[in-house]
Amino acid sequence: MADSAERPLLDDDAGPLVRPYMASGGRTAPTASLDLLTLVWATGRLGPTQLEAELGEVLLLCREPISVAEVAAHLRLPAMVVKVLLSDLLDLGAVGLLSPDPAVDTTDRTVLEALLNGLQRRL
Amino acid sequence: MAYNGDSDPRGDPVPTAVKLLVAGGFGAGKTTFVASVSEIEPLTTEETITTASIGTDDLTGVGDKQTTTVALDFGRITLDAQYILYLFGTPGQDRFWFMWNELSEGAFGAVVLADTRRLEDCFPSLDFFERRGTPFIVAVNEFDGGHRYGPEEVRAALDLDPGVPIVLCDARDTRSATSALVTLTKHLISVAPTTV
Ligand SMILES: Nc1nc2c(ncn2[C@@H]2O[C@H](COP(=O)(O)OP(=O)(O)OP(=O)(O)O)[C@@H](O)[C@H]2O)c(=O)[nH]1
Ligand SMILES: [Mg+2]
Repeated sequence: MADSAERPLLDDDAGPLVRPYMASGGRTAPTASLDLLTLVWATGRLGPTQLEAELGEVLLLCREPISVAEVAAHLRLPAMVVKVLLSDLLDLGAVGLLSPDPAVDTTDRTVLEALLNGLQRRL
Repeated sequence: MAYNGDSDPRGDPVPTAVKLLVAGGFGAGKTTFVASVSEIEPLTTEETITTASIGTDDLTGVGDKQTTTVALDFGRITLDAQYILYLFGTPGQDRFWFMWNELSEGAFGAVVLADTRRLEDCFPSLDFFERRGTPFIVAVNEFDGGHRYGPEEVRAALDLDPGVPIVLCDARDTRSATSALVTLTKHLISVAPTTV
């Protein structure tokens, strides 16, 4: 890959070449409130190549709405590091986010029926 | 619609996340279960927890924080255009109990895996969900060499409420694990209050 020098975090064979906490510039606290299930997506305002390598990697994963947990798992970075990177992207307007509603009605029948139908289709 | 931070630029509605938990004792099959039902490759993510330590003299003014990293199993099933199911395997080790509160926030329900060789290992999970009021079912994972119990024997051994469904399951089998989730969902529907 042409830009492999700029992709230090995803070298599966060599393992991360940059220690995880270096990826977030040593910052350990995200500025936005992000849950593992917060969905994030690229707004299209900035492209991955317009950003620092690590932020570009995160943005690439956000082409479709994706959860913070998935971004972290794909990048093999602790969730807290990913939350820091994502809040930077949010500050730049590069991603939008939707956090799960803490007051979600877990007995909502519409949701439960969708869950049942979706699962039964897989049997 | 203009980009306003709460809609996908493609114009599609952002899907709603539905969360279910997979719990059980150490080695009960949680990771296997999540991997069997997930449509994405099995993912493990690490959550870093910061706990301000209590009772320490704070002379520096920066606060005394301790961080712990917890590995979580994580899976996804796209239910339809509007809903995505996320499954979290709860951490098996006792020292991560504090994580459970955060994980169960907004969770619709839980599957508690019971290992027939060590049924008592799932007691802490059962206690937790009972106290929290999170509806759950028990899935009996029949390990090779484990004693084969009938569901009612398991109910008696675990002192389970008659309303709690018990299924036999092989966490390695996608169909078997998915039908445990179907049983859980039917249970969730049956205990949900009916709207007038
Ligand atoms: N026979 C049988 N073996 C299983 C079943 N489920 C899991 N196993 C095996 O049991 C072992 C432990 O399963 P895991 O999925 O790692 O268990 P776990 O609950 O994630 O374990 P911890 O995360 O360490 O608490 C693995 O070798 C699995 O292949 C099952 O339903 N039947
Ligand atoms: Mg495991």
